[in-house]
Amino acid sequence: MHAAPHPRFSVLSASAAQSSEHLSPAASSTRFSLPSAPSINTTAPASKPAPPRQTIYDRPLNKTRAAEVSASAFAFLFSEMVQYTQKRVNGINDLERRLNTLGYRVGMRVLELMSWRNEAAAKAPKREIRFLPALMSIHTQVWRAVFGKPADAIEKSVENADEYMIIDNDPPITRNISVPRDMSQLSCSSFTAGIVEAVLDGLGFPARVTAHNTPTDQLPNRTTILIKLEKSVIDREEALKT
Amino acid sequence: MAIWGLWVINKAGGLVYQRNLGDGLPHLTSNEYLVLAGTLHGIHAITARLSPTGTSSGANVISGETFKLTILLTATGTKFVLLTSLAENTADTVLSKVYEAYSDAVMKNPFHTPEMPIRTEGFDSRITAIMSG
Repeated sequence: MHAAPHPRFSVLSASAAQSSEHLSPAASSTRFSLPSAPSINTTAPASKPAPPRQTIYDRPLNKTRAAEVSASAFAFLFSEMVQYTQKRVNGINDLERRLNTLGYRVGMRVLELMSWRNEAAAKAPKREIRFLPALMSIHTQVWRAVFGKPADAIEKSVENADEYMIIDNDPPITRNISVPRDMSQLSCSSFTAGIVEAVLDGLGFPARVTAHNTPTDQLPNRTTILIKLEKSVIDREEALKT
Repeated sequence: MAIWGLWVINKAGGLVYQRNLGDGLPHLTSNEYLVLAGTLHGIHAITARLSPTGTSSGANVISGETFKLTILLTATGTKFVLLTSLAENTADTVLSKVYEAYSDAVMKNPFHTPEMPIRTEGFDSRITAIMSG
Protein backbone atom coordinates (compact mmCIF):
# COMPACT_ATOMS: atom_id res chain seq x y z
CA MET A 1 0.00 0.00 0.00
CA HIS A 2 1.26 3.41 -0.83
CA ALA A 3 -0.15 6.63 0.45
CA ALA A 4 -2.54 8.42 -1.87
CA PRO A 5 -0.70 11.13 -3.77
CA HIS A 6 -1.23 14.70 -2.72
CA PRO A 7 -4.16 16.04 -4.79
CA ARG A 8 -1.88 18.70 -6.26
CA PHE A 9 0.38 16.15 -7.80
CA SER A 10 -2.20 13.90 -9.30
CA VAL A 11 -4.89 14.74 -11.80
CA LEU A 12 -5.89 11.11 -11.82
CA SER A 13 -8.69 9.98 -9.60
CA ALA A 14 -7.96 7.48 -6.84
CA SER A 15 -9.12 4.57 -8.95
CA ALA A 16 -7.04 5.71 -11.88
CA ALA A 17 -3.98 6.09 -9.66
CA GLN A 18 -4.09 2.41 -8.84
CA SER A 19 -3.69 1.55 -12.47
CA SER A 20 -1.02 4.16 -13.00
CA GLU A 21 1.64 1.52 -13.46
CA HIS A 22 0.36 1.26 -17.02
CA LEU A 23 1.56 4.78 -17.57
CA SER A 24 4.94 4.55 -15.91
CA PRO A 25 7.85 4.59 -18.33
CA ALA A 26 9.50 1.59 -16.70
CA ALA A 27 6.54 -0.65 -17.36
CA SER A 28 5.88 0.61 -20.84
CA SER A 29 9.40 0.70 -22.19
CA THR A 30 8.64 -2.22 -24.47
CA ARG A 31 5.34 -0.76 -25.51
CA PHE A 32 6.62 0.85 -28.67
CA SER A 33 8.94 -1.88 -29.79
CA LEU A 34 7.78 -4.56 -32.17
CA PRO A 35 5.83 -7.34 -30.52
CA SER A 36 8.16 -10.29 -30.08
CA ALA A 37 7.00 -13.14 -32.26
CA PRO A 38 6.48 -16.44 -30.47
CA SER A 39 9.81 -18.13 -30.54
CA ILE A 40 10.06 -21.33 -32.53
CA ASN A 41 13.00 -22.48 -30.48
CA THR A 42 11.26 -22.88 -27.16
CA THR A 43 14.44 -23.51 -25.23
CA ALA A 44 15.73 -19.94 -25.70
CA PRO A 45 14.20 -17.26 -23.50
CA ALA A 46 11.83 -15.15 -25.58
CA SER A 47 12.61 -11.75 -24.12
CA LYS A 48 15.89 -9.91 -24.22
CA PRO A 49 16.52 -6.97 -21.91
CA ALA A 50 15.75 -3.80 -23.87
CA PRO A 51 18.72 -1.43 -24.35
CA PRO A 52 18.52 1.59 -22.00
CA ARG A 53 16.48 4.27 -23.72
CA GLN A 54 17.64 7.88 -23.89
CA THR A 55 14.98 9.78 -21.97
CA ILE A 56 14.26 13.47 -21.76
CA TYR A 57 15.97 13.47 -18.35
CA ASP A 58 19.27 12.34 -19.86
CA ARG A 59 19.57 15.32 -22.17
CA PRO A 60 21.75 18.27 -21.17
CA LEU A 61 19.51 20.95 -19.64
CA ASN A 62 21.09 23.90 -21.39
CA LYS A 63 20.92 22.38 -24.83
CA THR A 64 17.21 23.14 -25.14
CA ARG A 65 17.47 26.54 -23.53
CA ALA A 66 16.61 28.49 -26.67
CA ALA A 67 14.51 25.71 -28.18
CA GLU A 68 11.00 26.59 -29.20
CA VAL A 69 7.87 24.50 -29.51
CA SER A 70 5.48 24.87 -32.40
CA ALA A 71 2.62 27.07 -31.25
CA SER A 72 0.21 25.09 -33.41
CA ALA A 73 1.28 21.78 -31.93
CA PHE A 74 0.86 23.21 -28.46
CA ALA A 75 -2.54 24.69 -29.35
CA PHE A 76 -3.77 21.24 -30.37
CA LEU A 77 -2.32 19.67 -27.22
CA PHE A 78 -3.89 22.31 -25.02
CA SER A 79 -7.21 21.93 -26.82
CA GLU A 80 -7.14 18.21 -26.08
CA MET A 81 -6.24 18.92 -22.45
CA VAL A 82 -9.28 21.19 -22.09
CA GLN A 83 -11.55 18.66 -23.80
CA TYR A 84 -10.19 15.80 -21.68
CA THR A 85 -10.69 17.80 -18.51
CA GLN A 86 -14.12 19.01 -19.52
CA LYS A 87 -15.38 15.45 -19.89
CA ARG A 88 -14.47 14.70 -16.30
CA VAL A 89 -15.78 17.66 -14.35
CA ASN A 90 -19.04 19.10 -13.10
CA GLY A 91 -19.21 22.81 -13.70
CA ILE A 92 -16.88 25.60 -14.61
CA ASN A 93 -15.26 25.99 -11.18
CA ASP A 94 -14.22 22.36 -11.22
CA LEU A 95 -12.85 22.74 -14.76
CA GLU A 96 -10.81 25.79 -13.78
CA ARG A 97 -9.48 24.01 -10.70
CA ARG A 98 -8.35 21.02 -12.77
CA LEU A 99 -6.66 23.25 -15.33
CA ASN A 100 -4.99 25.05 -12.44
CA THR A 101 -3.71 21.68 -11.15
CA LEU A 102 -2.30 20.79 -14.56
CA GLY A 103 -0.57 24.17 -14.73
CA TYR A 104 0.78 23.68 -11.21
CA ARG A 105 2.63 20.58 -12.37
CA VAL A 106 4.18 22.60 -15.17
CA GLY A 107 5.03 25.52 -12.87
CA MET A 108 6.99 23.34 -10.44
CA ARG A 109 9.24 22.22 -13.26
CA VAL A 110 9.52 25.68 -14.78
CA LEU A 111 10.78 27.12 -11.50
CA GLU A 112 13.32 24.35 -11.04
CA LEU A 113 14.57 24.62 -14.59
CA MET A 114 14.72 28.41 -14.51
CA SER A 115 16.66 28.59 -11.27
CA TRP A 116 19.03 25.96 -12.57
CA ARG A 117 19.61 27.77 -15.83
CA ASN A 118 19.85 31.26 -14.42
CA GLU A 119 21.74 30.64 -11.20
CA ALA A 120 23.85 27.54 -11.80
CA ALA A 121 26.64 29.49 -13.45
CA ALA A 122 26.40 32.50 -11.13
CA LYS A 123 29.17 33.08 -8.58
CA ALA A 124 26.62 34.09 -5.96
CA PRO A 125 23.41 32.24 -6.73
CA LYS A 126 20.40 34.04 -5.34
CA ARG A 127 16.71 33.60 -5.02
CA GLU A 128 14.01 36.18 -4.53
CA ILE A 129 12.99 36.59 -0.91
CA ARG A 130 10.87 39.71 -1.26
CA PHE A 131 7.53 39.56 -2.98
CA LEU A 132 7.77 42.42 -5.48
CA PRO A 133 11.04 41.29 -7.11
CA ALA A 134 9.59 37.77 -7.23
CA LEU A 135 6.49 39.08 -8.95
CA MET A 136 8.65 41.05 -11.40
CA SER A 137 10.64 37.94 -12.27
CA ILE A 138 7.42 36.00 -12.90
CA HIS A 139 6.14 38.79 -15.12
CA THR A 140 9.35 38.90 -17.12
CA GLN A 141 11.35 35.70 -16.83
CA VAL A 142 8.72 33.04 -16.28
CA TRP A 143 6.54 34.52 -19.02
CA ARG A 144 9.52 34.68 -21.36
CA ALA A 145 10.49 31.08 -20.61
CA VAL A 146 6.95 29.77 -21.04
CA PHE A 147 5.37 32.06 -23.63
CA GLY A 148 8.38 33.68 -25.29
CA LYS A 149 7.38 37.24 -24.31
CA PRO A 150 6.98 39.15 -21.07
CA ALA A 151 3.50 39.80 -19.66
CA ASP A 152 1.98 43.20 -20.33
CA ALA A 153 1.42 44.70 -16.89
CA ILE A 154 1.50 44.21 -13.15
CA GLU A 155 -1.12 45.86 -10.99
CA LYS A 156 -1.78 46.05 -7.30
CA SER A 157 -5.35 45.88 -6.09
CA VAL A 158 -6.66 49.15 -4.70
CA GLU A 159 -9.20 47.49 -2.44
CA ASN A 160 -7.23 44.56 -1.03
CA ALA A 161 -3.63 44.86 0.11
CA ASP A 162 -3.01 41.15 -0.45
CA GLU A 163 -4.05 41.09 -4.11
CA TYR A 164 -1.82 41.55 -7.12
CA MET A 165 -2.53 41.11 -10.81
CA ILE A 166 -0.49 40.07 -13.82
CA ILE A 167 -2.09 41.15 -17.07
CA ASP A 168 -1.57 39.57 -20.46
CA ASN A 169 -3.21 41.35 -23.38
CA ASP A 170 -3.24 38.31 -25.64
CA PRO A 171 -2.26 35.03 -23.93
CA PRO A 172 -0.76 32.73 -26.58
CA ILE A 173 -2.37 29.58 -25.16
CA THR A 174 -5.92 30.88 -25.43
CA ARG A 175 -5.50 32.78 -28.70
CA ASN A 176 -7.48 30.22 -30.69
CA ILE A 177 -10.06 29.43 -28.05
CA SER A 178 -13.57 30.85 -28.26
CA VAL A 179 -15.48 30.10 -25.10
CA PRO A 180 -19.20 29.47 -25.74
CA ARG A 181 -21.61 32.03 -24.30
CA ASP A 182 -23.09 29.71 -21.70
CA MET A 183 -19.64 29.30 -20.12
CA SER A 184 -18.60 32.92 -20.51
CA GLN A 185 -16.94 33.21 -17.10
CA LEU A 186 -14.57 30.34 -17.89
CA SER A 187 -10.96 31.36 -18.45
CA CYS A 188 -8.69 28.69 -19.90
CA SER A 189 -5.79 30.76 -18.57
CA SER A 190 -6.45 28.96 -15.28
CA PHE A 191 -3.63 26.79 -16.60
CA THR A 192 -1.35 29.85 -16.51
CA ALA A 193 -2.68 30.68 -13.03
CA GLY A 194 -1.56 27.22 -11.94
CA ILE A 195 1.94 27.87 -13.29
CA VAL A 196 2.11 31.15 -11.36
CA GLU A 197 0.78 29.50 -8.21
CA ALA A 198 3.44 26.79 -8.39
CA VAL A 199 6.26 29.27 -8.93
CA LEU A 200 5.07 31.43 -6.02
CA ASP A 201 4.68 28.34 -3.81
CA GLY A 202 8.15 27.19 -4.77
CA LEU A 203 9.63 30.57 -3.91
CA GLY A 204 7.86 30.52 -0.52
CA PHE A 205 4.98 32.87 -1.24
CA PRO A 206 1.91 30.66 -0.87
CA ALA A 207 -1.03 32.23 -2.66
CA ARG A 208 -4.32 31.46 -4.32
CA VAL A 209 -4.08 32.30 -8.02
CA THR A 210 -7.03 32.54 -10.41
CA ALA A 211 -7.56 33.72 -13.97
CA HIS A 212 -10.23 36.11 -15.19
CA ASN A 213 -11.31 37.45 -18.56
CA THR A 214 -11.03 41.22 -18.63
CA PRO A 215 -11.60 42.08 -22.29
CA THR A 216 -11.45 45.59 -23.66
CA ASP A 217 -12.65 46.79 -27.07
CA GLN A 218 -9.17 46.72 -28.54
CA LEU A 219 -8.02 43.61 -26.68
CA PRO A 220 -10.78 40.97 -26.66
CA ASN A 221 -8.45 38.29 -25.25
CA ARG A 222 -7.07 40.35 -22.36
CA THR A 223 -6.67 38.18 -19.27
CA THR A 224 -5.91 39.01 -15.66
CA ILE A 225 -4.09 36.57 -13.41
CA LEU A 226 -5.21 37.41 -9.87
CA ILE A 227 -2.84 36.57 -7.02
CA LYS A 228 -4.28 36.51 -3.51
CA LEU A 229 -1.41 36.11 -1.06
CA GLU A 230 -1.72 34.20 2.17
CA LYS A 231 -1.65 36.27 5.32
CA SER A 232 1.68 34.78 6.40
CA VAL A 233 3.33 36.30 3.33
CA ILE A 234 1.95 39.76 4.06
CA ASP A 235 3.08 39.49 7.69
CA ARG A 236 6.57 38.48 6.65
CA GLU A 237 6.81 41.29 4.13
CA GLU A 238 5.87 43.71 6.93
CA ALA A 239 8.49 42.21 9.23
CA LEU A 240 11.20 42.42 6.56
CA LYS A 241 10.37 46.04 5.84
CA THR A 242 11.67 47.34 9.17
CA MET B 1 -15.62 42.40 -58.36
CA ALA B 2 -17.41 41.23 -55.29
CA ILE B 3 -17.54 38.38 -52.81
CA TRP B 4 -21.08 37.38 -51.93
CA GLY B 5 -21.05 34.26 -49.84
CA LEU B 6 -19.01 31.60 -48.06
CA TRP B 7 -19.96 28.01 -47.31
CA VAL B 8 -18.05 25.36 -45.42
CA ILE B 9 -19.12 21.79 -46.21
CA ASN B 10 -17.94 18.92 -44.01
CA LYS B 11 -16.67 15.65 -45.40
CA ALA B 12 -20.12 14.05 -45.19
CA GLY B 13 -21.71 16.78 -47.30
CA GLY B 14 -23.32 18.71 -44.46
CA LEU B 15 -23.26 22.49 -44.45
CA VAL B 16 -21.45 23.49 -41.26
CA TYR B 17 -21.01 27.20 -41.96
CA GLN B 18 -22.80 29.59 -44.25
CA ARG B 19 -22.48 33.32 -44.39
CA ASN B 20 -23.74 35.94 -46.81
CA LEU B 21 -21.49 38.92 -47.33
CA GLY B 22 -23.15 42.07 -48.57
CA ASP B 23 -26.67 42.12 -50.01
CA GLY B 24 -25.96 40.61 -53.41
CA LEU B 25 -27.54 37.19 -52.79
CA PRO B 26 -31.24 36.37 -52.75
CA HIS B 27 -32.54 35.20 -49.42
CA LEU B 28 -32.84 31.41 -49.11
CA THR B 29 -34.01 29.41 -46.13
CA SER B 30 -31.46 27.40 -44.19
CA ASN B 31 -33.09 24.23 -45.47
CA GLU B 32 -32.52 25.33 -49.07
CA TYR B 33 -28.87 26.01 -48.26
CA LEU B 34 -28.52 22.52 -46.77
CA VAL B 35 -29.97 20.98 -49.94
CA LEU B 36 -27.68 23.10 -52.16
CA ALA B 37 -24.61 22.12 -50.16
CA GLY B 38 -25.53 18.45 -50.24
CA THR B 39 -26.10 18.60 -54.00
CA LEU B 40 -22.80 20.38 -54.57
CA HIS B 41 -21.08 17.72 -52.48
CA GLY B 42 -22.53 15.02 -54.75
CA ILE B 43 -21.66 16.84 -57.97
CA HIS B 44 -18.15 17.42 -56.71
CA ALA B 45 -17.73 13.74 -55.93
CA ILE B 46 -18.78 12.87 -59.49
CA THR B 47 -16.51 15.46 -61.13
CA ALA B 48 -13.59 13.99 -59.20
CA ARG B 49 -14.12 10.72 -61.11
CA LEU B 50 -14.51 12.23 -64.57
CA SER B 51 -10.85 13.01 -65.13
CA PRO B 52 -9.51 11.36 -68.29
CA THR B 53 -5.93 11.49 -67.03
CA GLY B 54 -5.58 9.88 -63.63
CA THR B 55 -6.85 11.15 -60.32
CA SER B 56 -8.44 14.55 -59.95
CA SER B 57 -9.46 16.76 -57.06
CA GLY B 58 -12.78 17.48 -58.75
CA ALA B 59 -14.35 20.75 -59.83
CA ASN B 60 -12.51 23.91 -58.85
CA VAL B 61 -14.80 26.49 -60.38
CA ILE B 62 -18.42 26.29 -61.41
CA SER B 63 -19.54 29.45 -63.18
CA GLY B 64 -22.82 30.86 -64.40
CA GLU B 65 -23.60 33.95 -66.43
CA THR B 66 -23.53 36.29 -63.48
CA PHE B 67 -21.51 34.57 -60.78
CA LYS B 68 -19.14 31.72 -60.04
CA LEU B 69 -18.54 29.20 -57.27
CA THR B 70 -14.91 28.59 -56.36
CA ILE B 71 -14.31 25.36 -54.46
CA LEU B 72 -11.31 24.52 -52.28
CA LEU B 73 -11.07 20.86 -51.28
CA THR B 74 -8.78 20.17 -48.33
CA ALA B 75 -6.84 17.00 -47.61
CA THR B 76 -9.39 16.01 -44.96
CA GLY B 77 -12.39 16.32 -47.29
CA THR B 78 -13.71 19.61 -45.95
CA LYS B 79 -14.79 21.94 -48.75
CA PHE B 80 -14.71 25.72 -48.73
CA VAL B 81 -16.95 27.35 -51.31
CA LEU B 82 -16.88 31.02 -52.23
CA LEU B 83 -19.61 32.72 -54.24
CA THR B 84 -18.21 35.65 -56.18
CA SER B 85 -18.70 37.77 -59.26
CA LEU B 86 -17.16 36.47 -62.50
CA ALA B 87 -14.46 39.14 -62.50
CA GLU B 88 -13.28 38.33 -58.96
CA ASN B 89 -9.73 37.03 -59.30
CA THR B 90 -8.76 36.78 -55.63
CA ALA B 91 -11.12 33.88 -54.83
CA ASP B 92 -8.30 31.34 -54.48
CA THR B 93 -6.26 33.50 -52.12
CA VAL B 94 -9.32 34.35 -50.06
CA LEU B 95 -10.18 30.65 -49.77
CA SER B 96 -6.66 29.81 -48.61
CA LYS B 97 -6.94 32.48 -45.94
CA VAL B 98 -10.33 31.11 -44.89
CA TYR B 99 -8.76 27.64 -44.63
CA GLU B 100 -6.02 29.08 -42.41
CA ALA B 101 -8.60 30.81 -40.19
CA TYR B 102 -10.56 27.55 -40.00
CA SER B 103 -7.46 25.61 -38.94
CA ASP B 104 -6.65 28.17 -36.24
CA ALA B 105 -9.97 29.34 -34.85
CA VAL B 106 -12.05 26.21 -35.33
CA MET B 107 -9.82 23.15 -35.16
CA LYS B 108 -7.73 24.42 -32.23
CA ASN B 109 -10.80 25.41 -30.25
CA PRO B 110 -11.60 22.83 -27.57
CA PHE B 111 -15.26 23.83 -27.61
CA HIS B 112 -15.82 22.91 -31.25
CA THR B 113 -17.02 19.43 -32.16
CA PRO B 114 -15.54 18.23 -35.48
CA GLU B 115 -18.04 17.85 -38.36
CA MET B 116 -20.64 19.88 -36.45
CA PRO B 117 -21.89 23.38 -37.33
CA ILE B 118 -19.34 26.06 -36.55
CA ARG B 119 -20.46 28.38 -33.78
CA THR B 120 -17.18 29.98 -32.93
CA GLU B 121 -16.89 33.70 -32.40
CA GLY B 122 -13.20 33.67 -33.23
CA PHE B 123 -13.92 32.23 -36.70
CA ASP B 124 -16.62 34.83 -37.39
CA SER B 125 -14.29 37.69 -36.56
CA ARG B 126 -11.44 36.18 -38.59
CA ILE B 127 -13.77 35.86 -41.61
CA THR B 128 -14.93 39.45 -41.19
CA ALA B 129 -11.29 40.56 -41.11
CA ILE B 130 -10.43 38.57 -44.26
CA MET B 131 -13.42 39.85 -46.21
CA SER B 132 -12.83 43.47 -45.33
CA GLY B 133 -9.38 43.12 -46.83
